Amino acid sequence: MTELCDRTASDLAPLLAGGEISAVQIAESCLARVDAVEERVRAFLTVTPDVARERAAALDEYRAIGAEQTPLAGIPLAVKDVFATQGIRTTAASKILDNYVPPFDATAWSRASGDGAVLMGKTNCDEFAMGSSNENSAFGPVHNPWNLDTVPGGSSGGSAAAVAAGEAIWALGSDTGGSVRQPAALCGVVGLKPTYGLISRYGLIAFASSLDTVGMFTRSVRDAGVLLGSLAGRDPRDATSLDAPRRDYTTSIEEGVAGLRVGVVADAFGEGVQPAVAGRVRAAVDTLERLGASIGEVSLPHAAYALSAYYLIAPSEASSNLARYDGVRYGFRAPGSTDSVEMMTATRGQGFGPEVKRRVMLGTYALSAGYYEAYYGQAQKVRTLVIRDYDEAFANYDLLVSPTSPTTAFRLGEKVDDPFAMYLNDVFTIPANLAGVPALSLPCGLDDEGLPVGVQLTAKVLDEPTLLRAGHALENALGFDPTSPVAREAVS
Amino acid sequence: MPVEIDIEHVARLARVALAEGEKTQLTAQLGQILEHAARVGEVAVADVEPTASAIPRVNVLRPDEPEPSLPVEEALFNAPEREGDRFKVPRIAEIE
Repeated sequence: MTELCDRTASDLAPLLAGGEISAVQIAESCLARVDAVEERVRAFLTVTPDVARERAAALDEYRAIGAEQTPLAGIPLAVKDVFATQGIRTTAASKILDNYVPPFDATAWSRASGDGAVLMGKTNCDEFAMGSSNENSAFGPVHNPWNLDTVPGGSSGGSAAAVAAGEAIWALGSDTGGSVRQPAALCGVVGLKPTYGLISRYGLIAFASSLDTVGMFTRSVRDAGVLLGSLAGRDPRDATSLDAPRRDYTTSIEEGVAGLRVGVVADAFGEGVQPAVAGRVRAAVDTLERLGASIGEVSLPHAAYALSAYYLIAPSEASSNLARYDGVRYGFRAPGSTDSVEMMTATRGQGFGPEVKRRVMLGTYALSAGYYEAYYGQAQKVRTLVIRDYDEAFANYDLLVSPTSPTTAFRLGEKVDDPFAMYLNDVFTIPANLAGVPALSLPCGLDDEGLPVGVQLTAKVLDEPTLLRAGHALENALGFDPTSPVAREAVS
Repeated sequence: MPVEIDIEHVARLARVALAEGEKTQLTAQLGQILEHAARVGEVAVADVEPTASAIPRVNVLRPDEPEPSLPVEEALFNAPEREGDRFKVPRIAEIE
């Protein structure tokens, strides 16, 4: 018997509408799961049971009087702790924001909330979303529900783990270089990074503004389309948000992949890719072909330089964005300084963790006089070439396929002392951020140790409908069960 | 070859106080990361325009309509230190 907390939003919505279950029952199911597993998983920095119960009860009352409700209404949502939530502590997993309580809501959260989402809490992540293992959180790591000795991926590791463990039905994350897709792959759930600007960044704590993208974790591709439909569209508070209308992203989801041209990215099975990952992704490609897609191979010649460009552009933007943490208006202030510059310098030295310092220093260097042109300037030109590669690829293909991550979940502590090895986790996810194109990770099987493998589909700008339609077809054909061992044990 | 950087100078620009151990470690790590990042210089790009944003938008303006601003108490709620309706900081100018 599947618990309510292990089901999809699309399964639950008709049961709610038909009065077979209540929003309170779903919320209680998720809260019971939090009680059962959270001590071991540590997906949340703040759990909000009172907020969840109150909201769920109110929604049940509205429903009882016949009020029409959206597909989000009554469905528990976990929110990465980089989204501002009015009146609820928001830390970005950093000591420097330990006690910060925002006076406003991020647009992504306020739209979900306006549609009736039930907030379960704020999820753990890498500090300021910088990392690929969740080990950079100032509040300790998250444990992967498929194997508690391994990382959940990052930076949105808590959101991925919460969905994999049944602590929420779905979750919000942010993706700057793969921070939704990579943890989705490692935790065996669906992760969608939409087109840059499709969802407003207002209230998303900024990391690298030209790359930051709001995304989501779900247990099905259809759910990702449903949640996207609620969050997408122009927001006057984010000048980079696109004029795309809010729409239903699931209308064409059943159309299948027959006739779609799918390009397998060269190097997808190259050096550094674990054999099990290559095997499962290859099988997913064969499945797409069996379903009627035509398969070819596509080269992104500058992808090899994308990682280098990213590790200049993202830290450069971060060094500028994080200048605001100066101990003046909010957040941590180091005590004992007699002048302001000393206070700011001490505040940042004590408030930022090692990875954040590393990136702020890297970006400061790359933007500094004498080095700007050779590093940041050159990286921006490589970004142009990466975009041109995609333009050429999408002239011949509707979708591109690769692994999401070269490896499955690795052991906690395995890569913490080697930042560069950690950065290589993002080699397949970074190019989509540089080009702004949408990409989806979905689970396509398990490796020999029972850890999930993710396959990444990439589409052209604003072609989320094709992405979701192919993802849905592949998901149905593969029949992957996203119930993690931790969720399974909690039921038995 | 790892890139050599003047860690004291960069830390000063970034306004980040670093312990001696951090300086040594960061010098080595940043040198290694920059060595790899410098590969962007291997691509011939003389005639390529730089990209700041993948989906550029220009002259995005909002309607010029007055809206209520954040109330003072809410703005000061998270202040590390305040004095009346103001943020309080240690001195910002040299005193003769």
